[in-house]
This record gives sequence, structure tokens and C-alpha cells, in this order.
Amino acid sequence: MSAVPAKLPGAVEAVLMPFLNIMVALFVSGLVVWGLGEDPFFALSLLIEGAFGYEEAIGYTFYYATNFIFTGLAVSVAFHAGHFNIGGEGQAMLGGLGLTLAVLWLGDTAPVLSIFLAIIGAAVFGAAWAFIPAWLQAKRGSHIVITTIMFNFIASAFLAYLLVGPLQRPGGQMPESSDFPDGTGLMQFHEVLEMVGIRFEQSPLNASFLIALMAAFGVWFLLTRTRFGYEMRVAGKNAHAAAFAGVSVSRVTIIALMLSGALAGMMGLNELLGEQLRLIGNFTLGYGFVGIAVAFMGRNHPLGIVLAAVLFGVLYQGGAELAFEMPNITRDLIVVIQGLVILFAGAMPHLLRKPVALLYARMARKGAV
Amino acid sequence: MSVAPAIETRNLCKRFGAVQANDNVSLLVDQGSVHGIVGENGAGKSTLLKMLFGFYQPNSGDLIINGVPLAFDSPSEAMAAGIAMVHQHFMLVEPFTVLENIILGAEGQPMLKHAMTDARAKLLGLEQQFGFDLPLDTPVSQLSVGERQRVEILKALFRGADILILDEPTAVLTPQECDQLFDLVRLLKSRGKTILFVTHKLHEIMAITDAVTVIRAGKVVTCTATASTTPDDLAEAMVGAKISRTVTREAKDHRSPRLRVDGVSALSDHGHDALKAITFDVYDGEVLGVAGVAGNGQTELLEVLTGLRPVSSGRVELDGILINADDVQRGPTKLRQMGLAHIAEDRLKTGVVATMTATENAILGYQHDPDFCQNGLLKLSAIDRAANTYFDSQDVRPRDPTLPVASFSGGNQQKLVIARELARDPQTLIIGQPTRGVDIGAVTKIHDQITELRNAGKALLVVSADLDELMAISDRIAVMCGGELVGIVPIQDADERTLGLMMAGASGAPHSEEASA
Repeated sequence: MSAVPAKLPGAVEAVLMPFLNIMVALFVSGLVVWGLGEDPFFALSLLIEGAFGYEEAIGYTFYYATNFIFTGLAVSVAFHAGHFNIGGEGQAMLGGLGLTLAVLWLGDTAPVLSIFLAIIGAAVFGAAWAFIPAWLQAKRGSHIVITTIMFNFIASAFLAYLLVGPLQRPGGQMPESSDFPDGTGLMQFHEVLEMVGIRFEQSPLNASFLIALMAAFGVWFLLTRTRFGYEMRVAGKNAHAAAFAGVSVSRVTIIALMLSGALAGMMGLNELLGEQLRLIGNFTLGYGFVGIAVAFMGRNHPLGIVLAAVLFGVLYQGGAELAFEMPNITRDLIVVIQGLVILFAGAMPHLLRKPVALLYARMARKGAV
Repeated sequence: MSVAPAIETRNLCKRFGAVQANDNVSLLVDQGSVHGIVGENGAGKSTLLKMLFGFYQPNSGDLIINGVPLAFDSPSEAMAAGIAMVHQHFMLVEPFTVLENIILGAEGQPMLKHAMTDARAKLLGLEQQFGFDLPLDTPVSQLSVGERQRVEILKALFRGADILILDEPTAVLTPQECDQLFDLVRLLKSRGKTILFVTHKLHEIMAITDAVTVIRAGKVVTCTATASTTPDDLAEAMVGAKISRTVTREAKDHRSPRLRVDGVSALSDHGHDALKAITFDVYDGEVLGVAGVAGNGQTELLEVLTGLRPVSSGRVELDGILINADDVQRGPTKLRQMGLAHIAEDRLKTGVVATMTATENAILGYQHDPDFCQNGLLKLSAIDRAANTYFDSQDVRPRDPTLPVASFSGGNQQKLVIARELARDPQTLIIGQPTRGVDIGAVTKIHDQITELRNAGKALLVVSADLDELMAISDRIAVMCGGELVGIVPIQDADERTLGLMMAGASGAPHSEEASA
């Protein structure tokens, strides 16, 4: 029955606590690996080597991280407005559709314009897909968690229909669209670095990583520097106070959810415009859902989300290498490790709070003497 | 041989982090007595109670119940020792019947049917012994506030409590219900029960208690027989200095109506008639107090006047401009620009966002003001400056606007809200519960500020659950009951009995002023 632990200094709260939580997750993961008869320290070194050991690995790590930045930001924007957007997956699919339509419609007439239109198409389609649940929530009180989950299924089925029907590559057998015209893809990251004279091995990492970082900055700016961001946070924390302050909660809900959908939709930039150069069925691969974990781990702060996204990039890329190198550790076990990280760092962030607070208080007292 | 005291504490200490909430609290409560505990909010009353009730454990010190040293690890151990607490906010399951609520957690056997039969027999005995007449099979949701409180007390007696802790028991009652409670307390005392009566209303201490303990800043400052003290002495002991109002109401004539409410009806959130054809005016240079038992339409009235709730019929005019009617509803932002300020009755629910910083709360409702925002971008340094100005002007403590509002005391939160709402020199103020959860020292200051605003010619409407407060600051008092305006009583004709009867719907105003005069 003790009171909430005393407040911790910002740096401890923001850096030390997540670090300790990840350490606990790694420790438990190590126990699992050890139980399978493998050396946990060697496994960890393989994982880190696989994520950062060579340039291509680094490229892959940040390539995955790009997806997570977009979807994590999407979840956090909705969360700041007080809503749980579970529909990142479906919004990303529709975003992919939007950018594909833009690119295929323009063809190879003006590649630069088509990239620009593709970005807008991704954002607008993602936002539009979020609009319907947002409107139902704001005007009809339909719970957004339920509606966005259902909209994921609708999006998936809709995309599948298009990719075996109207949008399927003429004469093709796979559920995928025609290839994007030459020159419409986003610049690869090694090309970007080459422009400033740095040689970097080729990898799927592309310019959308920079767009993701800009989006993170934009979200931070929106939340802390604009009136709308302020109104959004007020509405998200206390709807009564929002009404008192003359904020239309339904308007804020709709706009915030559409922003959220736009961010999720832009995930397609990385996967489709950066790497696949065509629309393929279910290209989202669950990134939309992992965005929820990323947002929670990043404490819904844009910088935290970028860091959490990189961590998940490490787990994806390093995990894949680990599964390849250690026969006892299957792809599924990597998912277990990811799950443990989500559990300890995302779902139980206060597990170590009390002991750390006590320790800190003791150290502070000693320091004062 | 003398009887051991019911409760004795010796040097109880309780610390939360750096805050010494209770500092060597020693208390002596005789068996079969009514013992008052008074103190400001934050003085440490709640901490003491929670230690007595086993909710907190003291850092040091002894607790002796009926001569036996005890240490409670949980409320259930305190209950086993015969201590029961009636919380300010009732702990009842509304859809359950009185009987179901009372046996909840004390069924005593796995089969509910037998438990109910046994309990009913025992309760009928208790009801007879203590003069209750509660309907055991009625859902609690259908009971009045006073009846619910009696359910709580009966629940405590059912569990065999000998020591009853009543935490601010009169806060939610009408004067008549208070009288009934006092009768019950006297009866309980005559049957040998010990009662700890916690309040901040000094006249209640004088009326009902045998002895009184005053707590200030976690320490016992006075412990005396009630007969040998006076309300003034107690007030002084509570705040540590004499406090007196420095501002008096100036005479005012030639008033003109600023806010006109004409035949206004409105629905509650649940679609019931919350306001029924209410008509009144608020004039320049006056405070119109609105009295009534909570839940009789005051909340909806505040919302109708501040642009938060549409009317179903009737019209509200501010300075001759229609602001709320069938086809018009000006929102809060527009009303603020017209010079109407709103101090919300439920501060934490409506008036602030508790988890955001004081600085962020300093612009709540004024985020469109060109001083704070241009082209949709917040002017952070101007906002910081405003917050600091507010902290200075109202002496908000601690002086750190970067702290979340939740970490300030109720009084300091209210100071921040008042500073924010006064900053734009409003001509009309709609104020709900101006001093709810505010320390006694700050109460006087807030009352003075309200009177100063009145003297400066502003029009104020103040809703309060505290009749003493309304009598102290109002020029006229309007009484609401069941969504109707029972009447408006000029202050010189107002007394607690009259107003209490009107609040209970038992009578109209004695010299009811023509509201639209």
C-alpha cells in the first residue's frame, strides 16, 4: 500500500529505465537460449554482429527501423489525442495502394513529380482509411479499437481483390501490380551518401529513412509547438477540460486519427517506393502492429520512437542472422525474444521503477551528507 | 478504575519522501465520546486517519486501541479491532440493495441465501437499537445522500465497530440532513460508541464534539475539551495566525443587468430535465449566490451559462447579446472573448489538465489568444512569462510552473485557475465551488477577491455547496431544487433554516423577490 515512488530525474527516467528493462528482457531471452543448449553470450554477439557487423547489415537494420518509425509515430499521434489506433496495418496497406495508383497513373512522364505525388498519395489514402473509423468514433461513439481492427481485415481483403483483379500485372500469376516505371523509385541510401563522398555498400535502406526522421521531427513540432498539438494533448488527457477550453473533441479526434493514418500510410514509401518497386499483397507484414509496441517503448515521444524503432530494426535484422547461424534458434524464437522486449520494455515499464527509485533516493541522501 | 481510552496514539510519525505528513502525533480519545479532528487540507488529517484505519503504516510511534497496543497491516485488521471508517465518498455499489451492500465482504458463509437471512435478522435488531429506518431491499441508487450515509454507518455497526471514523460527514448534506446525522451521532454515543468526527467546519465541532484536536502541518497544536474553547481560537490554531476578511461589501445602486437568463430549460447528459424554466438576472456589482444540494441542476446551469450545454428552451443573454437559445450557442472561446470568465466547479475534472504542467494549464481556454498563439504556433516564451506572472500575482506555491498541476495542493491549483481567469479582466464571472478543497487561509483570500471584483462592478454568479460561504459573499441567494429555481432571497433575509427548507423543496422563498424585476 505504499505511495507511488518519488519522481526520478529526467535522464534516469528517459534513458536508464528503458535500458534496464531491455537488459531484463535480454536476460530472460538468454535463459531461453541457454535452455535450448546454446551459448546465450555467443547468441547475443551473433545478434549484434548481424545487426551492425557490416555495412549491408546496418543498412537492413535501418531499413526495418524506417517502417517502425512511421508506424510508431502513427500510433503515438493517435495516442496523444487519447485514442488507440490499431489500424496502422490497414492504413499502411491503403497508403501503399495510394502511392501505387499515383505512380502508375503518371507513368514515366515525370519521375520526380511522380515521387512527390506518391508521397501525397500514400498519406492521403492512409488518412482516408483512418477517417471512417475516426468519424464513427467522433460522431457515433463506435469504439475506435474495434473499428480499426476490422478495417485492417477490410483493407487486406480489398488489396487482395485489387491485386488479383484490376491492378494485377497483366499476364502475371502473383498477387502483385505492374512494376513502377524506371526512375520513380526513391533514391537508395548509398546513392545519397555517395553524393557527399561516402562509400557505403548497397542495401535496401533508402531516402524514406530521412523522410521518417523528418516526420518524427514534424510530430514533435506539432505536439509541442502548435496550438493544434496542444489542443490534441488536452483532449487526449481530459475531454472535459477540452470542452471547457472550447476545443471540439470530435474535430480533434478526426484530424488526429487522419494524421495517424497518413503516417502509417507513408510506411509504403519505404517498402514499395524504396525497395519492391511494385505493390505486393500484404507487404505490411505486421509492421503496423509492431508500431504499437514501438510507440509504447518510445514513451510516445518522437525521439524515443526513433530509438525504439532502431532497437526493433536490430531485433529484426540481427534476429534473422541469428536464426540463420544457430540451427537450434528458429525464426519463431526470434519472435519470442521480440515478445520479451515488448513485454518488459513496453508493457511493464514500471517493473524496476521502485527499486531504482529507492536506490536513487539512498544515493541522493548519501550525496547530501 | 478508569477505562482505557478508545484510541491512543503516541508519537505517530509518517513520512512520504521529503514530506513529514505526521510528526509525533499523540492523540487521546475517550471511550464513548465524540472527538473532533480539525485541520486545513494537507494538514495531515487524512494521513492520521489512514494510519488509524490500517491503510498506512506509521514510520514510528505506537497505536493503542482500548488499552491494547496494535499494529494494523491492512484495513481488515483495523476492522477486526472494531474500527470502521465512513469515507467522504461512499463506498457503495449503487445497483445493489441496502442489504446486499451491507453484507458485501462480510457474508460469513459461502451460501448467499443463508447469509442474507442471518444478516437481515441482525440488521433489524441494529435498526431498532439505533433508530434506523432504512429499507433493506431498496437499491442504494434510489436513496438520498443522507440515507446512503446511514447505510455506511449501519454497515460499520453490522461489522461490530465500536469506534467510528466519520471523514467530513457533512460535506454533502443539507442542513436538515446534518441535524439528523447529529442526532444519530448522539444516539451512537449514548450506546457507548466512540466517534472520531473529522471536519473543517468549526460550528459542527462546537455542536457535536466533547473534545477536539487541531492538527497543523502534521503536528497536534491543540487538544482540548470543546467546552473550554471557541471557534475563533480553533480557527487561529488551524492556520497559525488570526485571519480576518479585509474587504467589505460596498453599497451599490444603479445596477443594470449583465447576464439575463429567461425561461431556460435544459436536459442532463442522461436526457432528463435538469433545468426547468429558470429565470433570473445577474447585475453589475453583485454576487448572485446559487445554493442547493448537489445534483439539483447547478452543474447544468453553469454549463448553460458558459457555452458547454445547449438549452432546450429559453434564452441566455450576455450584455444584451443572445448567447444561448434554440438556434444560437456561443462556445466557450467566443464567450471568453466577450468578457465572460468561467471558474469550473470541478477543478480537476474540468478546470485543469492535472497531468500537464502549470505553464501548459495557464493558457487552457486562452490558446486562441493572440498573446499566446499566432498562425497556429504557440508563443512559448510569452506563455512562460504569463505563467510566471500568474504565480506571482496569486502567490502560487511551490513557485515552479514546470511542475504538473497534480503536484500542487488544491488551494494552489485554485489560485492558478483564478489567476488565469482574471488575467483578461472579465466583466462577468461564472464561478463554481470557489473554495472546494482549498485551505482555510486561501478561502478568506478568495472570498476577498470575489468581493473586490463585485466592488469593482463586475457581475458574478457563484454556485457553492457551502451555505456559510454563500452567506458571506452574496448579495442575493438563489436556491435550486429539482432543477427549478425555488426562489431568490436577498442576503438580509437569508438564514440557514430558510435556505435549508428551500433547498429541500419544503418551501418557497419567504419574501421571494420577483426574479425578473
